[in-house]
Order: sequence, then C-alpha cells, then structure tokens
Amino acid sequence: MYRGQSGMWLWILHRLTGVGILGFLFLHIADTYLVGFGAEYFNELLFLYKNPPFRVLEWFLVGAVLFHGFNGIRVIVMDFWDKAVDNHKLLVQITIIAFFVVWLPSGYFMLKPVFFH
Amino acid sequence: MSTETKTTQHQPADPVKKINRRWTRSGGRPRPSSNFELFSWYFFRISGVLLLFFALLHLLIMHLINNVDVITYQFIAERWASPLWRTYDLLLLVLALTHGLNGVRVLIYDYIHARGWRTFAISVLYTVGILFLLLGAQVILTFQPQLQNVAPK
Repeated sequence: MYRGQSGMWLWILHRLTGVGILGFLFLHIADTYLVGFGAEYFNELLFLYKNPPFRVLEWFLVGAVLFHGFNGIRVIVMDFWDKAVDNHKLLVQITIIAFFVVWLPSGYFMLKPVFFH
Repeated sequence: MSTETKTTQHQPADPVKKINRRWTRSGGRPRPSSNFELFSWYFFRISGVLLLFFALLHLLIMHLINNVDVITYQFIAERWASPLWRTYDLLLLVLALTHGLNGVRVLIYDYIHARGWRTFAISVLYTVGILFLLLGAQVILTFQPQLQNVAPK
C-alpha cells in the first residue's frame, strides 16, 4: 500500500519541506541576530524581505510549514491509532484538502498588500 | 505487501546497523526500541504537536496580521519589551531548531552510509546547530533597545 502511492509522495514532500524550513530557520536566526547590532543594521537588511519575489517565497514558506504540520499530524494519528491506518487514503485526502483550504486564503491575505495596494 | 507490520515492530538498537524493515504500515518511521532512538521518535511527535501551535501562531501574527512592511527595529523592540514574547520566541527557537536538527540527523543516517562521512556530517550538524542555538538565544535574552532609535515619530 505504500510504495508508489500517495503516502510515498507525502513522505518525500515531508522531507523536502522539512529541510527547506530548517534552511530558512538558519537564515531567520541570522537576520534576527542583526537586531542586536542596532536599528540601522536591522532595518537595512529588511529590504531583502520586502521585495515582491521574496513575498511570494514567504507564502511558499507558509505553505511548507502548513504542509509539514498537517502531514505530521496524519503520521502521528496513524502511529497511535490502528483504525486510522485502515483508512489511510481518506486521511491523505483530508490532509491535502486541509492544506489547500488554509494555504490558498493565506496567500490572498499575504499577497494582496504586495500586488494590489 | 511486505510493509504490513504493526507500528510496534521493534528495530535493531544501533541505527547504523542494517535495518531489514524500514517502514510501518503507516509509512512513518517504525517506533524504535533503543533508548535514544525511542526518545528521538517521541520527541519528534511531541515537539511537532507543540510546534503546530507555536509556529502557526507565530506565522499568523508575524506574516498575516502583521507583515514585513511593518516589522522594523521598533516593532521588535516593542515586542521584546514583554518577557512573555521573549519566552515565546525562545521556546519556538529551541523547539524548531531541535526538531529540525533531529530531522537532519535522521536524513544523515538514511543517506550517508560511509562511516567517515557520516561522522563528519553529524559533527558539522551538531557544531552548526549549537552555534545557531546560542546565537538565537543570545539575541532573544540579551537584546536591549537603543532608545534614541526608537523615539516616537
């Protein structure tokens, strides 16, 4: 039931989003560290995050966190509840739908001030 | 298929050893039997559930309600005036970083098989991890706003 099916793709995405989020976390710790050097340094750096391409990437970051979190819940539920494993396909569908239901509206709110101000 | 095992399937204690059955029915990592790997297995799940709350609330506040247009030095200074937010950020830092580093540790064991390279990768991981943990904790705990720069406009 596993190899080549939906669970495998979610597993690959879980690893990829995990590594991606950790990569951003390192960058984020570095940029927050600059706040200790004073306002000039910190506010200078923020130009990076303010340009439109980065705002779109920021939305993808939110997507990575949402997917990783929701898929993580799915794995935990199946780890501790055998009945869930019997309905694994339904769980995959719920995970994907829940992800888009939260991610797409968040894109509207995050990107509206960037492109329609 | 051959992956039809219960999640309680026990694995060899040493993660370096060849593992015959790598996946459970659920597709997740089998619950390991050795002390450290079992701790790691539970830690992933407990820190993951906590992070779902802390990270998503952090994203909601900093990226949806506020956004990078309003997050400035002054914004951080006002936010970190409250010890509650410093505690929140410190907790988020520790949980997210340890969860992520533990993830990379598993990836290293999964994909790097040569002992020398594996030791090297693990050493780099722990060095970089501890460095960033200290950097992050230092700025959250010791930050003092420069008052002349946060004067009201």
